[in-house]
Amino acid sequence: MEKLEALKISSMRPRSNILDRPLSKGKTEVSQSIVALLFSEIVQYSQSRVFTVPELQTRLHDLGQDVGTRIIDLYFVRERSSKRETKLTQMLLFVKTTVWKNLFGKEAEKLEHANDDERTYYIIEKEPLVNTFISVPKDKGSLNCANFTAGIVEAVLTNCGFPCKVTAHWHKGTTYMVKFEDFVIARDKQMEEK
Amino acid sequence: MSRQASRLDAKKVNSEFLTLTYGALVTQMLRDFENAEDVNKQLERIGYNMGMRLIEDFLARTSAPRCLEMRETADRIQQAFRIYLNIQPTISNWSPASDEFSLVFDSNPLTEFVELPPDLTNLRYSAILSGCIRGALEMVQLEVQCWFVQDQLKGDNVTELRVKFVRRLEEVIPAGED
Repeated sequence: MEKLEALKISSMRPRSNILDRPLSKGKTEVSQSIVALLFSEIVQYSQSRVFTVPELQTRLHDLGQDVGTRIIDLYFVRERSSKRETKLTQMLLFVKTTVWKNLFGKEAEKLEHANDDERTYYIIEKEPLVNTFISVPKDKGSLNCANFTAGIVEAVLTNCGFPCKVTAHWHKGTTYMVKFEDFVIARDKQMEEK
Repeated sequence: MSRQASRLDAKKVNSEFLTLTYGALVTQMLRDFENAEDVNKQLERIGYNMGMRLIEDFLARTSAPRCLEMRETADRIQQAFRIYLNIQPTISNWSPASDEFSLVFDSNPLTEFVELPPDLTNLRYSAILSGCIRGALEMVQLEVQCWFVQDQLKGDNVTELRVKFVRRLEEVIPAGED
């Protein structure tokens, strides 16, 4: 019986395992139209499963996290010869440049540190790719579909050891507010002292 | 002419963004429905909706004239795959009556990082493609059937999508909201 089971599994497995194949260079491109249409369908599908704007944003955020967790290893292996970042500023720069460039073809415009709260950083993007063809209906004024991107950022930072919450807001285009946990800031200070 | 050319190389996006976003959608759907058949249906529908809107983009970009027979249609579909997904499927296995053909893909950007777990063998991961073709052709009054014959995710060497002409739609009914 056990042997039969093993046979069944091996016959269903594809011949080459995904990890056996060489890692692609990640330079292939597709048309923006198809991406925009897919994203629009994703928003519509997500909306059909929820009732309120915040719920919809959470759903998009969750989808983004799914993407975020998957790009960490991909980009660190490809661009940084598998070395992760340990310093907060470096990590944020990695998100602003490498992550943005690879996903959206350009860097995010600005990275700022809040004056009044050292836990808070802002990543500012004038025209997020995901919002290019989205016009927000009047009755859903606060909806920002870039919460999808916020989810990506949150997953990347959190899974790299910098736990935080990231939200997207309409401000100078779209501003992603990154709020780190207290210990992240404390740890970073400790490292600097050494 | 220059206008034509600039229209053709429209803005590009890294294909991995598409791959991962689509992957996130499929996983979310699997969580929502827990039944691969329902997910297939949803993905097909999403593709269908995309196809209905994509055909307009395609016609505007290529200013392609009306196709008079299925062989021309096949070429157009191939061209669309090149424009939108940057892949070139091979057209093959024509039926004797020239009303049915296969699109054979060596690679598929949607499945770049994908491996199907053994319990999801009835999931048609790329169902969005068949939906897209069906939706796009319906907008130019062609009803077709479209289904997967082979799938690389299931261990086949290539992914093969079969397209079969059903009939020409005479009266165009405006696409309803469903």
